[in-house]
Amino acid sequence: MEDKRSPSSARTRSAALSRRNLMPSDVVKEARDVRVLVLTGYGLNCEAETAAGFSRAGATVDLVHLSEILERAGNADVLAGYHILAFIGGFSFGDHIQSGRVFANRLRFRLGDALSRFVDDGGLALGVCNGFQTLVCLGLLPGVSRARGAPLAAQQAALVHNDRLGYFDTWVKLAVDPGSPCVWTRGVGPTIEMPSRHGEGKLLFLDESLRDEVLASRLVPVRYADASGAPTEAWPDNPNGSPGGVAGLCDPTGRIFGLMPHPDAYLYPENHPDWIRQRDAGTLPSAGLGLRIFENGVRAALAG
Amino acid sequence: MPIFRLEIENRPAVPDALATKTAQTLSAWLGLSPARIRTRKVYLCDLDINEAEAQKVLAAIADPVIEVAATGALPDGDSADPPVILTVSFLPGVTDAVGKSVKTACEDALGRTLTGQVYTGTMYLVWGLARADVERAAAEVLHNPLIQRIRIEEPPRTPDLTVPRAGVAQTPRTEVVPLRGLSDEALERLSRERLLALSIPEMHAARAHFEAEGREPTDAELECIAQTWSEHCKHKIFNAPIDYTDPEGRTRRIERGVFKTYVVAATEDVREARALSGIDGDAGDFLVSVFSDNAGVVRFTDDLHLVYKVETHNSPSALDPYGGAMTGIVGVNRDSFGCGLGADLLANVWGYCLGKPNHSGALPKGLMHPRRIREGVHHGVIDGGNQSGIPYMRGFELFDDRFVGKPLVYCGTVAAMPVETAGRPTHEKFTAPGDKIVMIGGRVGKDGIHGATFSSVELNESSPVQAVQIGDPITQKMMFDMLAEARDRGLYSGITDNGAGGLSSSVGEMAEASGGAEVDLARVPLKYPGLAPWEILVSEAQERMTVAVPPDKLEAFLALAARREVEATEIGTFTDSGRLVVWYGEEKACDLPLVFLHGGLPKVVRTARWSPPVRAFASSSDREKALAARPVGELLVSMLAQPNIRSGERYTRHYDHEVKGLAVVKPFVGVCRDIPATATVMRVRHGRDEGVVLGEGIHPHYSDLDTHAMALACADEGVRRVLSAGARIDRMAALDNFCWPDPIKSATTPDGEHKLAQLVRACEGLYEACVAYGLPLISGKDSMKNDATMGGVKISVPPTLLVSVIGQMKDVRRALTLAPRAPGDVVYLLGETDDACGESELSRLLGLTLDGVPRTDPRRFAARYHAFAAAHEAGLLRSAHVLSRGGLAVALSHLVMASELGLSVSLDAVGRGLSPAIALFSETTGRVVLTTRAEDSAALEARLSPHGLVRLGAVEPGVSGRGYLRIRHGGQTLAELGSDALRRAFQEESHAV
Repeated sequence: MEDKRSPSSARTRSAALSRRNLMPSDVVKEARDVRVLVLTGYGLNCEAETAAGFSRAGATVDLVHLSEILERAGNADVLAGYHILAFIGGFSFGDHIQSGRVFANRLRFRLGDALSRFVDDGGLALGVCNGFQTLVCLGLLPGVSRARGAPLAAQQAALVHNDRLGYFDTWVKLAVDPGSPCVWTRGVGPTIEMPSRHGEGKLLFLDESLRDEVLASRLVPVRYADASGAPTEAWPDNPNGSPGGVAGLCDPTGRIFGLMPHPDAYLYPENHPDWIRQRDAGTLPSAGLGLRIFENGVRAALAG
Repeated sequence: MPIFRLEIENRPAVPDALATKTAQTLSAWLGLSPARIRTRKVYLCDLDINEAEAQKVLAAIADPVIEVAATGALPDGDSADPPVILTVSFLPGVTDAVGKSVKTACEDALGRTLTGQVYTGTMYLVWGLARADVERAAAEVLHNPLIQRIRIEEPPRTPDLTVPRAGVAQTPRTEVVPLRGLSDEALERLSRERLLALSIPEMHAARAHFEAEGREPTDAELECIAQTWSEHCKHKIFNAPIDYTDPEGRTRRIERGVFKTYVVAATEDVREARALSGIDGDAGDFLVSVFSDNAGVVRFTDDLHLVYKVETHNSPSALDPYGGAMTGIVGVNRDSFGCGLGADLLANVWGYCLGKPNHSGALPKGLMHPRRIREGVHHGVIDGGNQSGIPYMRGFELFDDRFVGKPLVYCGTVAAMPVETAGRPTHEKFTAPGDKIVMIGGRVGKDGIHGATFSSVELNESSPVQAVQIGDPITQKMMFDMLAEARDRGLYSGITDNGAGGLSSSVGEMAEASGGAEVDLARVPLKYPGLAPWEILVSEAQERMTVAVPPDKLEAFLALAARREVEATEIGTFTDSGRLVVWYGEEKACDLPLVFLHGGLPKVVRTARWSPPVRAFASSSDREKALAARPVGELLVSMLAQPNIRSGERYTRHYDHEVKGLAVVKPFVGVCRDIPATATVMRVRHGRDEGVVLGEGIHPHYSDLDTHAMALACADEGVRRVLSAGARIDRMAALDNFCWPDPIKSATTPDGEHKLAQLVRACEGLYEACVAYGLPLISGKDSMKNDATMGGVKISVPPTLLVSVIGQMKDVRRALTLAPRAPGDVVYLLGETDDACGESELSRLLGLTLDGVPRTDPRRFAARYHAFAAAHEAGLLRSAHVLSRGGLAVALSHLVMASELGLSVSLDAVGRGLSPAIALFSETTGRVVLTTRAEDSAALEARLSPHGLVRLGAVEPGVSGRGYLRIRHGGQTLAELGSDALRRAFQEESHAV
């Protein structure tokens, strides 16, 4: 983290670039200026595929153990210079007590100010699986009530045990809400498939009014869907019983996004269980479709 | 220092999934129907905190959205309708990984380090069951008295604040154990009572050594010798000279033992053949490191090697299925990680041989019901591997009631090793005298004491409970992450796992490299006080590695560990003194010459006599009569529902197959993703297309007829599997895992000589297969005492060999699966079919003892496989699948269910003069069912006709999107089965367990 540019100035520069009429290859070149911080350690384990996702989207990725960040946490600008924060999947502290709880507490107690400032400055964040659980514990998702400049909000939602107890691994189909402010899912859909693998993914809200506000603001970019693409609560299309099929959330700016399924595990067309059939049918994509989530994030960072 | 009890439960409106699952299990297993269950988490904080701090901690760890929490006790509900309350928590000293995380959370919440521990438990509030029923539920489902304690109470209750603190204040000292003048009887008793598992000749050898030194051994020295010389560590049976007598009475001496004569020889012969053929060209030797490290290493790409190891963890899994099996997976991860200077873990595999889950007969007292063992073993390996962030790429279950005594629990790990690290070849350690000995990871407790010697004896009522360890995969994951950083920075010169035998083995083994070691056990961090020096030396407490750190790197190594919150302690120095010297502070506990420790084990010639029991085989007319009574379609449906045939997907979905994002052909394939893959394929690095291919073979039932045929069948199937997925035929390697019943003749094992002969014959078969297929054995494990005697009943496993094959692909996009691709494609069977139904699934389905074990002709099959691989290289194959248990019929069913296409096949050309049922269910080895495009069929036939290619029929469109299997013979349709009918039988959910 030698680069101590403030994120806002970096984005201003990127925004200027984005106004130019760029060819796709230029976008990738400019994307190198987008800096992604992937936090690792304490039992998290999806760092390689998350880094690969952002790298293939053109960004510059730093894998940094959280302990290195916390050591410099006295400096409120410890996250400055990064455009995107990635909260990855895994089992932080074994998911003991509750998934994401111990890791999120550590962030809240020791990095809370830097995180709220990062968000206020327009930084982007992606949380996948354990990372989503962490963002929810931190109150960053759905993040509807926090005022600019305020400390991290209290937790407003929770990811609880799957209705069928235990870790479950399956590919799911997600219905994407095109009307969501989420920048990470722009142009994706109407559905996208990716693997889902977790034991605690059922999303519950603090109360009905909050849920209504989240739904009204279209802060649910992705929902578990059945074969026809319609949101579902039925197992196994919905692996955890999440009401309304809620699979992920974004904040009102659309820049903070978390979801239980793993776009990071669909970077290659051959990750898809039906890749041979897709190839035979001529529908095999040139890259894994999960990559589009990462590309969207990088694009949004470039656009400022 | 007060103890604070925290109770946390879900708010009433929030579902309690653990309670739901518990109620289901109590109902299914015990027929108990509670009206309602609620569960609670209990944390007993035995920490230096006050009431206000306890409240702060509670607020930090309880979920504000879905949970309610209290210090002390939460209300237990309406007093008019009181629940029975069961609390399950750990016994003193048992690993409590959750408690460790709660303590971390407390420290984060309070912003300071704390002393003491947190002890966790689970409360079940049960309504609608009598106290006696809850006691039964606790005994049979909800707790294991070897590691857990329970408390059953009814409201009103006083919050229980007793914590299972472990340890005693005073430290036992090293004791001298006199051997001089002891009779053989006394030596035998000493060996048994201390669980040394040393024989009389071994005790004599030990005594002679100390007599020569003019002194008596210490307890630590005897223990160290016992660990090092254990069957588990020294593979005595595998290395013993054997006098082998065949049924004709001819005797020959296998002087170098079966390991060198067959296992090592197979690998050396393959190495030599490769060198002669020049197959490796400029790439460098394919075999990078074999038999010399914790795992085998083969060449993969210019910058990566592949590492593979498969372990068994049978005895601990019998006592505590969850903890024992979890220890199996986290332990084998340390083996592959600690190979060379350290490898990056890539994939896990598992396989279990278990008693039938619906076992209804009486079980000897002391044994758990197989369904409970099954549940616990799965759960343990799922938690251990998933939390390690490693995808599971293979898994199998195999059932036979001879596994109720000791289940076989196989766990394996593939890793990728950079060819070079910090300028050195990664597969070599370079430990030198003067390097510091650092123990890293978990702390040492009494858990796992005598694991190595315990697994070298049979299981019985007096088996030690402390032999059970419970893994803590997160502590291990944090250690691995830190060690990977240290490796890349070149901060250490050697590393090995602390597994069986604990420090005595790990330091003892590494000391061989430098020529000696000196350790101070007083510096070893303990979980609790009061361990004797010998206990510290041999404890197998988990999540520990021993690392050799050059003195100039020590500060940096320890600093990095501290930053990553990984405990690392310098405990001694590697020397060139030729001795393993162990201190406990000022007191010398152990001083043994390495030459004696590693070379002093006396060799005993073992006797093997091949005298197969005479079996009453069903006559062919009996067989035909049994077959005539059942149409083949009905037989097939029954077959698909057999325990060893059906899907097994139910458990497998709880294993993570996707982490790392590299999987290409996953453990289950097909339209509904419920058909076990022939073999699995994954990328090894992001952005690269080279892949690793995994398959295996295991056929313990064939051992009842002939272990020679059994071993050949296992190796053959492993090879066929990886080739069917598209693996290169020139880059295969295998691991052998032998799990045998005790093969040494004794009062309790009168047929030991035959069992040892079975081992010899299996090794001969394995050797023949490996040489013919060019399949080097790169690592293995032998577990030789898989017997249990409980209540006077002895149950022994059948001789079991698992051959795990690791293959390679240049481009994973050329992988094949078993699923046919399109209507119009032609279906072929490659390989002749003969009447091989001995100990087949058909024989078990019919309840008949049949003769005719599958005979594998590896040289002929090898030519077939070369032609097959070349056909794939030429792009002629569209799908491929092996024929295994259940023969052609089961394989074709897989094809139909996976593709949801129609298959119309004729048996006319399958086998010579075989009845349709035999053609369908014979388990002849060496066969593959494959499909090709119609326009490629002539080219395919030209290549493969000399190798027994039979055109079966064609792929047809399904009916309304549903596949079917039509079987014809002699112009008649014998069966036509829709995929729905096949799947109903095949899916485990259809069967009551």
